[in-house]
Amino acid sequence: MIKILFFAGYREKLGCDSLKLNSGEYPETLEALRVKLSEKGADWQEVLEDKRTLVAHNQAMTRKDFTISEGDEIAFFPPVTGG
Amino acid sequence: MISIQQEDFNPGLEQDNLSKLTGTGAVVTFTGLVRDENLGDDVGGLYLEHYPGMTEKALQEIIDEAAARWPLQAIKVIHRVGQLHPGDRIVYVGVASAHRRAAFEICEFVMDYLKTRAPFWKRETTVDGERWVDARESDKQSAERWYEE
Repeated sequence: MIKILFFAGYREKLGCDSLKLNSGEYPETLEALRVKLSEKGADWQEVLEDKRTLVAHNQAMTRKDFTISEGDEIAFFPPVTGG
Repeated sequence: MISIQQEDFNPGLEQDNLSKLTGTGAVVTFTGLVRDENLGDDVGGLYLEHYPGMTEKALQEIIDEAAARWPLQAIKVIHRVGQLHPGDRIVYVGVASAHRRAAFEICEFVMDYLKTRAPFWKRETTVDGERWVDARESDKQSAERWYEE
């Protein structure tokens, strides 16, 4: 199983803060996951294809595609605005 | 030391703690406050969301990077989350080092990186309702300049 999280404006826009996908339900890579989730609707496509969208893989920010492993936590969120 | 908390903090007390360490010759601190206006609108409140777990890791990474670049004696980073109001303290960075130059630079470096790499998001309340605050290009540039040298 993997866990997918959404934060801030994305969480509100999608009406979803987290998703769980079982083994066999999720694809092999981040880019394939983006495509799969985009099929859920126009709002999902907008969030996942937005160039500004940040991705964290197991709580570390990444800009590259990666292979998804069982137990992974993947988060999508807008540019951060703390401080 | 990192603290993500809802409650307020006491900058004076934090400064005293940093000043007690042996070998410390300089303490530089930054306190960020909630402003009462943004983009020309009055701001009545600010809600801070974060990504529990990742926030602490991201801040620790920033501190580790600072410690690798400068002689760092001690550091305290506090960031508040939840509902805040104009004038409230929101963030604190206190740095103790042997000399002032390193202390100034570490403090600025940590704030610049916190603003672009730590997973916090602000939602502000204005007369027109609530809105998520957009990231600023100037904050991104401030963080990038540390790698231009």
